Amino acid sequence: MARGLSGWLAARAVQAMATLAVVLILLFVLMRIAPGDPLGRLASDRPITPAETAALRARYGLDRPIAAQFASYVQGAVRGDFGTSIEYGRPVGALIAERLPATFLLGGVVLLVNFTVGIWLGALQATNRGTLLDRLLTAVSLAGHAVPSFWLGLVLAWLVGVRWRLLPAAGMQNPLLDPDAGLAARTADLLAHLALPALTLCVVSLAGTMRYQRRAMIEVLRFPYIATARAKGVPESQVLHRHAWRNALFPVLTLFGLWLPILVTGAVFVESVFAWPGLGLLAADAVGARDYPLLMGTAALAAGLVILGGIVTDLAYAMLDPRVRAAA
Amino acid sequence: MSWLAQLWAAVWRRRSGRFAAVALATIALAAIVLPPVLPDPAAQPDIVAGATPPASAHPFGTDQLSRDVLSRVVSGARVSLAVAALAVLVSMTIGAAVGLTAGYFGGSVDALLMRIVDAGLAIPRLFILLLLLAVWERIPLPALVLILGTTGWFGASRLVRGEVIRLRHEPFVSGAEALGAGRRRVMFRHLLPNTAGPLLVAATLGVSDVILLEAGLSFLGLGIQPPTPSWGAMILDAKPVLVVAPWTSLFPGLAIVVTVLAVNLLGDALSDVLDSSGA
Repeated sequence: MARGLSGWLAARAVQAMATLAVVLILLFVLMRIAPGDPLGRLASDRPITPAETAALRARYGLDRPIAAQFASYVQGAVRGDFGTSIEYGRPVGALIAERLPATFLLGGVVLLVNFTVGIWLGALQATNRGTLLDRLLTAVSLAGHAVPSFWLGLVLAWLVGVRWRLLPAAGMQNPLLDPDAGLAARTADLLAHLALPALTLCVVSLAGTMRYQRRAMIEVLRFPYIATARAKGVPESQVLHRHAWRNALFPVLTLFGLWLPILVTGAVFVESVFAWPGLGLLAADAVGARDYPLLMGTAALAAGLVILGGIVTDLAYAMLDPRVRAAA
Repeated sequence: MSWLAQLWAAVWRRRSGRFAAVALATIALAAIVLPPVLPDPAAQPDIVAGATPPASAHPFGTDQLSRDVLSRVVSGARVSLAVAALAVLVSMTIGAAVGLTAGYFGGSVDALLMRIVDAGLAIPRLFILLLLLAVWERIPLPALVLILGTTGWFGASRLVRGEVIRLRHEPFVSGAEALGAGRRRVMFRHLLPNTAGPLLVAATLGVSDVILLEAGLSFLGLGIQPPTPSWGAMILDAKPVLVVAPWTSLFPGLAIVVTVLAVNLLGDALSDVLDSSGA
């Protein structure tokens, strides 16, 4: 059985590599079919001589044949090297690495809230199905699903940040904070800055988790073994927590693959609204600056995360559910 | 037609379906009927007065250029709904064509198409759009529709493929083939109509996706370009005056929420009806 699992994992990894390869080709094609020259914006800032343009084209390798450009792009991409950012003049990989901690911090908090609060609320709805509470929570989650994250972010920044002056509305730390402040003061400052962007992303992502968990739990509660447990006189709280919930948690794993793109995508808007110095803000700035290498690097990373999320989900299924393993 | 009529009746029987239908009809009607009676959304009658709060002359107030917010929200609805509907039409056409081809022919055609679909689904749609839109200084509206449409078909093609594979060896298909029906006839007369249900649900949810995406892109300055009013661009314009004139961003945002909510409810009602009828 163990060999079956590792064989399955190897096959899945090969498939993922194939997908990633197609992703890289797609990204290259997307960039090259775009009308206009990546250096167009640099040139439009001030008069630029043909010699300078030629030097710039040579510097970014744009003067070479398209096949050679593709070959060196793939060679670089395999090593995680996406070239040099046009805007910053620094390697894309280094720029992305600098921004990762901020995005992971924000994304991690949002994931944690989804896993705890979202799942708890969804299960609560399922066990109180059809009641006022269930309908109220359904309405709230549907509304959350329909709210554009950038608008919610602006409204929260305006109300909580500016009107009520409760929390900072921009950045990751207070620039006026005493540089000698202790760890506790620094952490408190960081958490205060984290609160609004995290809240915004939680509101827009919780709806999906709650709906998924609610549906999964309702389905599990229909199974005959639940009726058996109830008939045997198992207390209802135990039926819910020991019998039903465990199996209802299972389908939520699928959400993990869905969350990753939402977090990366949602972060583009939320990070730009709150000036949170993560990957999303970097991508949004790259668009404004027409910085293709940087934009492609962030897109490739996002795609890699999505593919990885898919593997983790499948692996979790295969490890937890023997039926999946048998089918694979 | 009777299938659609039955579907419609079942959706109407649900409270959420009724609410969604009435809300969408109201928004669409307002977008069609109101513009002629409202002030010109681009007119700047009193630029010195700047942004004024909601009052009887301007129910939603005016923005910092003294333009009427209500008429801009209504015109924005027109653009937003038209862009979303057309983009989804493009997406569903491509998705149905690819799914039908992959599911019907199978083999290496299927394998190749599905690898592309896998890759397309792996890159978050927003990033594909950012890459495609970043080159334009000002994107023309038809190009925006086309770009939104050509990036939204991956999921739909998988859906159609799955349905076609499921139906491929059903007796009614084998029967048609035995009677000498050609490939085209089997694909378009027998297989495609039977994928209409899931496709309709996907299209509805696709519309709300596109409304949100378009608003977000316009908020980043990449989507619908001024002077055409759009909800996302209105919120972008209102950003500097958020504190002194919050109504300028509040109303376009609420318009997005109500519209997307209504479309999502309609999609849910449709999928409930189709699930329970087993179609």
